[in-house]
Amino acid sequence: MTGSVAWIRFGVIAGFVLTLEFVCRIGWVDARTMIAPSEMALSLARIMTDGEIYASLSMTVFTILAAYAISVVLGTALGLLIQRYDVLRRATAPILAAWYAIPSFAFYPLFIVLLGFGRPALVALGVKLAIVSMIAATIDGLDKERRVFSKVARVAQLGGLARIRFITLPAALPHLMTGLKLAFVYSFIGVVAGEFILSTAGLGYEIAYAYDNYDTTRMYGLILLTCVIAALINSCFRFYERRLPGGGVR
Amino acid sequence: MTNVAALRPKAVAAGVHAELVGVSKTFPGRGGQAPVTALAGLDIALRKGEFFSVVGPSGCGKSTLLDLLAGLSAPTEGRVLFEGQDIGNTVPPGIGVVFQEDASFPWLTVSENIAFTLRREGTDPAEIQRRVDYAIGFMGLRGFENAYPAQLSGGMRQRVCIGRTLVMQPRFILMDEPFGALDQQTRLLMGDELLRLWRETGATVFFITHALDEANLLSDRIGVMSARPGRIIDTIATEWPRERDSRLAERGEFGQLTARLWGLLREESRIALGMGT
Amino acid sequence: MTLIQRQGPFFLLCIVVLILWQLMHMWLGTSVVVAPSRAVEISFDLLRDPTVLPHAAESLKAFVLAATIAGVLGIGFGLALGARPMAREVMEPIIMSLYSLPKVTLYPIALLIFGLGISAKIAFGALHGIFPILIFSMNAVRGTSPIFLRSARAMRLSRWQTARHVLIPAALPQIFTGVRIGIALAFLGTLIGELFASQRGLGFLLIGAIQRNDIQLVSAIVLLITAFVLTLTGILLAIERRLRHVT
Repeated sequence: MTGSVAWIRFGVIAGFVLTLEFVCRIGWVDARTMIAPSEMALSLARIMTDGEIYASLSMTVFTILAAYAISVVLGTALGLLIQRYDVLRRATAPILAAWYAIPSFAFYPLFIVLLGFGRPALVALGVKLAIVSMIAATIDGLDKERRVFSKVARVAQLGGLARIRFITLPAALPHLMTGLKLAFVYSFIGVVAGEFILSTAGLGYEIAYAYDNYDTTRMYGLILLTCVIAALINSCFRFYERRLPGGGVR
Repeated sequence: MTNVAALRPKAVAAGVHAELVGVSKTFPGRGGQAPVTALAGLDIALRKGEFFSVVGPSGCGKSTLLDLLAGLSAPTEGRVLFEGQDIGNTVPPGIGVVFQEDASFPWLTVSENIAFTLRREGTDPAEIQRRVDYAIGFMGLRGFENAYPAQLSGGMRQRVCIGRTLVMQPRFILMDEPFGALDQQTRLLMGDELLRLWRETGATVFFITHALDEANLLSDRIGVMSARPGRIIDTIATEWPRERDSRLAERGEFGQLTARLWGLLREESRIALGMGT
Repeated sequence: MTLIQRQGPFFLLCIVVLILWQLMHMWLGTSVVVAPSRAVEISFDLLRDPTVLPHAAESLKAFVLAATIAGVLGIGFGLALGARPMAREVMEPIIMSLYSLPKVTLYPIALLIFGLGISAKIAFGALHGIFPILIFSMNAVRGTSPIFLRSARAMRLSRWQTARHVLIPAALPQIFTGVRIGIALAFLGTLIGELFASQRGLGFLLIGAIQRNDIQLVSAIVLLITAFVLTLTGILLAIERRLRHVT
């Protein structure tokens, strides 16, 4: 059953790609607007092999990792505090609920003004997008340790550290995993998008540069590269999520 | 003001009301698993106006049995008849079902919930008002007409579901462990209410429960089911008077009958729980 | 818990944030951080400025169209996928993968297809808004309690009656959550679209202000945008709470 679903999915994607290929080849779509998927793939291959993209790519990757690390550490810490102290919870509840509605990219100019035009502003943007996922996930995960579990821990004479290790953490794990995944996705989106809008280096910048210079082929190659990276990251996370006992958060 | 006519269904000729004839139900296996035979070779005949309970170990197919009688699913073999007609996979008119889970619609008030099916059938609004009003009084929901289910206790929500079924004036009421989520005291009181309802409407009631004393108390006849694949091991007639309530438990014969039910069921329950013979 | 106890901490936090803002202004100077009062002042000036109004109108128009498209397509496809488990299983990973793409990188494609006008912005806003609406609608149908469907069958409702009187009311709260999130994202999407290769709109004003290093204008526009989206979200949240009959 699950096998045939995978095949159908493959068929859907293949069908879409082939239609696009066909439509581009016979000239229904202007070559300046869209190039055929096969051309995109070739462009990607060329970009990967001629090597100059790796400087930009590594810069983007490091920026993403920096934003991710800060989001996870700071997010978990804040989540812990907020979950623990009810006052903080009430104070931050409206902000956390509406954080997605605060225009992160509108704040990007402010970050630039405060931190300059370089990498730190991009890291700040990534953190701003990603941190709330981690905070919310931490809070949800810690909430999952039901009161009855703490009673079980006391009856079993488990001390503070042992309780965290054997009860709190395993109960929270699926949610923490979701938080880790979302935080990475948002760091990725934030940094690349920031580079695209206003930057002088990195993957996002390269795409914008190609667009500005009417180098459609290279632009599509780079966009394809971004998509491939996003898909790979997503698969990695799904792979680990499925291996969690219980299969992760439903 | 008692207006029993508001709830009494139209008279049907006395005799067999609903029956299963040689019925088996097999579910196809999913994902490479073997098919499951829930019921094998069942024959049941429900008499008009009787209160019939079914007891049995968990997983013996009681809910499947209810689905078949209601027309919610069709048998793999055999026939399901209601008022002489083969109903197959369609729910015939004149039937009311109360499920184990809370089926009250959270987006409607108590009154709107109870009026729901009547509205869908296009009943005249004045008639709807009359019936809903009577049902609310009968089910003890006065004062809660405009409350939402989320504001009510489990027992009250179940009363809403029963009320919603009642106003349709069903001739045949099927209930799948309707008091399962309630505590014992509430169950006993709800059972008394149910008996009162049954007497006033003259409907045939098919009642599933896992509680032996509950089946004993409420029923005219009790069907005892085996472990899967389910068949009827025995049918016990209780011979209680029509006018009865939970104080029946004071009688000596009551305890004896419950013990007899357990005697029949004990072995089957052990098998169902995998505890072996 | 009294109202003060419940909402108090949040307002306290807002005051703390305002104080911090003021302190940063005093520490870093006006050329880096604008005083809160000044930012509010400029925002009001902007609203009265006749040259700004056409830009705001353009952004608003793009937003409304984007949100509408996202809503209609999102709910439509979401309900359809929710009702067909097979289709949903096939499409879900594809949808989730698309969701985690930096959609900004797809913007050049939108520009190439739609040209430099308002259509590209609308397409972009719709692209941002459609995902939460679709995902929530899909899950709303999939998560409908089976007991409701069984009850509908036992009540002999037709398919149409079941959909209209049972399925949709049951799914509505969750669909609305998706719509709430989607509307905000649609607005932000159109705005992001305006930050790049645009001649009109609030985003265009913003990017210009950045490039001219006009901190005051940047702060004012950001404040306006934030206030708008938060108010919108607040209203939608209030509606949502009523839909769920929270007592």
